[in-house]
Amino acid sequence: MIYLKLFWSFFQIGLFSFGGGYAAMPLIQNQVVDINGWLTMSEFADVITISQMTPGPIGINAATFVGLRIGGIQGAMVATLGCVLPSCVIVLTLAYIYYKYRGLSVVQGVLNGLRPAVIAMIASAGLTLVILAFWNGKGITSGVDGIDYVAVVLFAIAFMILRKWKMNPVHVMIGAGVIGLCVYPFIL
Amino acid sequence: MKKDIKFYYKLFAATFYLSAFTFGGGFVIIPLMRKKFVDQYKWIEEKEMLDLTAIAQSSPGAIAVNAAILVGYRLAGVIGAMLTILGTVLPPLLILSVISLAYTQFRDSLIVRYVLRGMQAGVAAVIIDVVVTMVIDLLKERNVLPVFVMIGSFVATFFLHINVVFVILVSGIIGSMAMYYGKHIKKSGE
Repeated sequence: MIYLKLFWSFFQIGLFSFGGGYAAMPLIQNQVVDINGWLTMSEFADVITISQMTPGPIGINAATFVGLRIGGIQGAMVATLGCVLPSCVIVLTLAYIYYKYRGLSVVQGVLNGLRPAVIAMIASAGLTLVILAFWNGKGITSGVDGIDYVAVVLFAIAFMILRKWKMNPVHVMIGAGVIGLCVYPFIL
Repeated sequence: MKKDIKFYYKLFAATFYLSAFTFGGGFVIIPLMRKKFVDQYKWIEEKEMLDLTAIAQSSPGAIAVNAAILVGYRLAGVIGAMLTILGTVLPPLLILSVISLAYTQFRDSLIVRYVLRGMQAGVAAVIIDVVVTMVIDLLKERNVLPVFVMIGSFVATFFLHINVVFVILVSGIIGSMAMYYGKHIKKSGE
């Protein structure tokens, strides 16, 4: 019974979260804290914090964390399955339609309009991350005083390496992490 | 592209590896996928990758999972999609399972904090690098309308925080109208 409940809760989270991680947060809170009481509010805050510290979508992270709590490893698997199933059905349907009709001129037109919009959305997400990295948590309103110069230099070096030598982005990310570990203990 | 066991393994391994490094939100997986599947393996075209991103973005659920489903389906049908879902879901599932054993220690660890703070700058650079490449490619097309759509969408999402689904809808309509009138003008000119 608990597995069914887990599955159904995370199925709804998967189905109704549009627009990525942060948009999904209130939805997850509603299901996990308010309706089912599986986590307290402070435990939920921990899940958010840990999600930001680990790779992977917040929905999957929450599903794993809550599932483990409630129903062990099977619980985690059931909750995760519930979370990805709606995407799976909807995205596969859209993919089928896309590959079947993308030759049509009206679909071509729609896609021509979408491509620049997608670039803009990635740019928007990227700039948000730049601000987050440069003004670590303090927010851009803290002005020049709030700037983390180590992050600025790291960003500039990483950007140059990526542009010039087209290095593997994962290696660049790991390198930045290692430098962070070497430098931050001395200045924070 | 031969679809033998080796190919399926490569597909699974690639998504597993990318998912394990998707720090900083779902959008990070798009530049990573682009590098891997477009530039390195040459399995998917640049424009197609942008289309898939639009579909992933406008569907419910995690962008990383949606993008993985699309890439898997494109390369090896429904079986491919199942494989890439598994590859994308397993790293967070495993990592969080381990961390949940001692999550307060992990949360409060200084070492983790220093590494993540450094990594944040790296992740930002990865995304901005891809954005710069994509913007240069778009400008090379020497077409005014897409540039306007891009600037408009950027203002809408970054400054006005308008829902992405709405932005996608409006740009799709603009694109189809431009296609319709473009044809119309050509026809009447002949």
